[in-house]
Amino acid sequence: MTVQTEQRQPDMTYSETETELRAAVRSVLEEKAAAADVLARTESGETYDAGLWRTLAAGIGCSGLLIPEEHGGAGASFREVAVVAEEIGRSVAAVPFLGSAVVATVALLAAGDTELLGGLADGSVTAALAVPFESMPGGLPQAKVRIGPAAADDQDGTYRLSGSIAGVADALPADVLIVPADGVPYGLYVVQACAAGVSKSPVISLDMTRQLCDITLDSAPARRIAGGPEADSAIEDALRAGAGILAAEQLGLAERALDITLAYVKQRYQFARPVGSFQALKHRFADWWVAVTQARAASRYAAACLASDDADVRVAVALAKSICSETALHAGQEMIQLHGGIGFTWEHPAHLYLKRAKTTALAFGTPDRHRASLAALVDLPAAP
Amino acid sequence: MLTDEASSNGQAPEVAQQLRDQVGSFLAKYDPKTTERLEFVRARFDAGLAWVHYPAGLGGQGLPRTMQKVVDAEFTAAQAPTNRPERNAIGLGMAAPTILAYGNDEQKKRWLRPLWTGEEIWCQLFSEPGAGSDLANLATRAVRDGDHWVVNGQKVWTSSAHMAKRALLVTRTDPDVPKHKGLTYFSVDMTSPGVEVRPLRQATGEAEFNEVFLSDVAIPDTDRIGEVGQGWAVSTATLMNERVALGAFQLPREGGMIGFSAATWRENPEKRTPGLHDKLLRLWVAAEVSRLSGERLRQQLAAGQPGPEGSGAKLVYARLNQEIADFEIELQGGDGLRYSDWSMRRPEGADFYGRDAGYRFLRSKGNTIEGGTSEILRNIVAERVLGLPPEIRLDKDKPWKDLPR
Repeated sequence: MTVQTEQRQPDMTYSETETELRAAVRSVLEEKAAAADVLARTESGETYDAGLWRTLAAGIGCSGLLIPEEHGGAGASFREVAVVAEEIGRSVAAVPFLGSAVVATVALLAAGDTELLGGLADGSVTAALAVPFESMPGGLPQAKVRIGPAAADDQDGTYRLSGSIAGVADALPADVLIVPADGVPYGLYVVQACAAGVSKSPVISLDMTRQLCDITLDSAPARRIAGGPEADSAIEDALRAGAGILAAEQLGLAERALDITLAYVKQRYQFARPVGSFQALKHRFADWWVAVTQARAASRYAAACLASDDADVRVAVALAKSICSETALHAGQEMIQLHGGIGFTWEHPAHLYLKRAKTTALAFGTPDRHRASLAALVDLPAAP
Repeated sequence: MLTDEASSNGQAPEVAQQLRDQVGSFLAKYDPKTTERLEFVRARFDAGLAWVHYPAGLGGQGLPRTMQKVVDAEFTAAQAPTNRPERNAIGLGMAAPTILAYGNDEQKKRWLRPLWTGEEIWCQLFSEPGAGSDLANLATRAVRDGDHWVVNGQKVWTSSAHMAKRALLVTRTDPDVPKHKGLTYFSVDMTSPGVEVRPLRQATGEAEFNEVFLSDVAIPDTDRIGEVGQGWAVSTATLMNERVALGAFQLPREGGMIGFSAATWRENPEKRTPGLHDKLLRLWVAAEVSRLSGERLRQQLAAGQPGPEGSGAKLVYARLNQEIADFEIELQGGDGLRYSDWSMRRPEGADFYGRDAGYRFLRSKGNTIEGGTSEILRNIVAERVLGLPPEIRLDKDKPWKDLPR
């Protein structure tokens, strides 16, 4: 290679493999997560779609994308993971992809624990990192779970955890909880969700397509997987991946909300014209579409930086999460307004998009908090 | 870079190496340190190393556009004399692709070489006082008289007209047909009798642009580009290239308008307030994401997957320039109340970032107007990208002469 006159930038396009993966995921979601199905499920006894998740996890391999091949996974990267997240955002399907295949999986990989990887990869195990959904990389609230004395007949290496964690995403369907716990030794623990002393209480959530739950542990048996700084760094990695991939989900949400609304204004007539022919609306759509193209660049940049563990990954995730949160929320709002009356009804899916958008904006760090973290990363210090 | 190319074109590494070898032999023959600039760039054109994506014999070798950067990198590394592209942005960015697409062989031969070497600066005679967003409404008349045309009219917002040797000109040749059908496109010699260039002073105090008055200007028919009545199609090609050129430059992080505010923020702790901090971070994020979008667009083009995203790039760029410049002057506080110089000057090219915060604030107001107003660009995105119904038109089928104006 001779002189490089250009800055090297991670590849932000979609590869052929990624495009094929997208098509496979989309066809499953179109068949099994149509708007009416997603809406009906929010009022059913089982708000997460276990059947759909089995198809995505075991059928397509979405649950094992980040898991190395020697542990039964696909050995793929965050680039592919982001494409799946976009598709899930497009359909607002109720599956624990983000919580299990991204956040919990990254926590286990970072902690170096391999025991659960095979089950996660083949879809027989679903896991969740037991932290409040609003937790942010670099700003984890102090763990409220404490380590207590082991029971008399406990095997060596068993710990007992007690405490509670409020508002955990994707934990309702989880078989395994990964719990940060304080005390001696401080660290990250694996708890079987079916064990005695574990209770999960569903929360009536703003977004019922990803229903939160409150977790209470009462001397629940646990296995330690990382301690001290290693535990911190595993949680940090998991939350950063969560924030970066959630941005991809928001991108997909914004894009689909635009598609649906666009189709509507082309066929909805008022004043003997399609309402989409009015310039006041056309300009709003143009701005909306432009915002989606911008969000796509930010989201792809974050995915690429996560995939290559680029030195700029913190900046990339903060950029993506702040811009994609706002793009998704704007999309949810426009979707309702530009549909007019039908957009405000329960039967129309617009409210599902709005609720998912608002919830994801608060999750894994609000846009404001991510901008505040950028201030330190790019040397733009706050006012004294 | 090379890996990107390799993925889209298996031949790329060999072609790149051949090009480097060619530049190497060229530099051995024309020592960049001792060869006179004009001689050097003329020889570079003749060697097919000017723009490698142009055809052989016209400064290129018919290679993919992406190969150009290989050649540019070699010449830059050798500190070779340049064709001073910054002085001929319209020539290189808009005139050349238009000539290539619509010019005949004789015109390509005659115009492209002095254009590329910078011996002939080009400008663009399009907008008129009565034809801004509605360019097809233009009224400059060209009337045929034997083997030439006689042109009368007034053009406006012409950059570089005071330095230009040649211009792209679109005229009305038939007022009796609907407006898009009666246009014809020419190249005009700016030194012809009857061409008068007057500076057009702008809000910043200087005159980057000109008004051009055409009074009985004679243009040989051999300087017509495209067929009589085909002027709209040719103009559209020129304007597409304008938008490509506007969105095409690559900047490092903080390389654009945001860099001034970021530097001021870092250097002046006393100017910081919590409200300004929030605004600054929002703008920084938007600017960086816009920069990444441009980068992504370039990657898509390089990989042979052009998307419609370019249509939105200029909208974002123009809006952000204004918001950031507006922020910067507020951040400056008392310093923002002072302006460098209101005197009438004639800069050689457009400079969006030059001088002081006040200049940037004012100059950015042009960004949402020049090269397509943001309102027209939104119509274009809505109709051509999103497929929304077109505006209701009252002017498409009537003869141009019968339209209200």
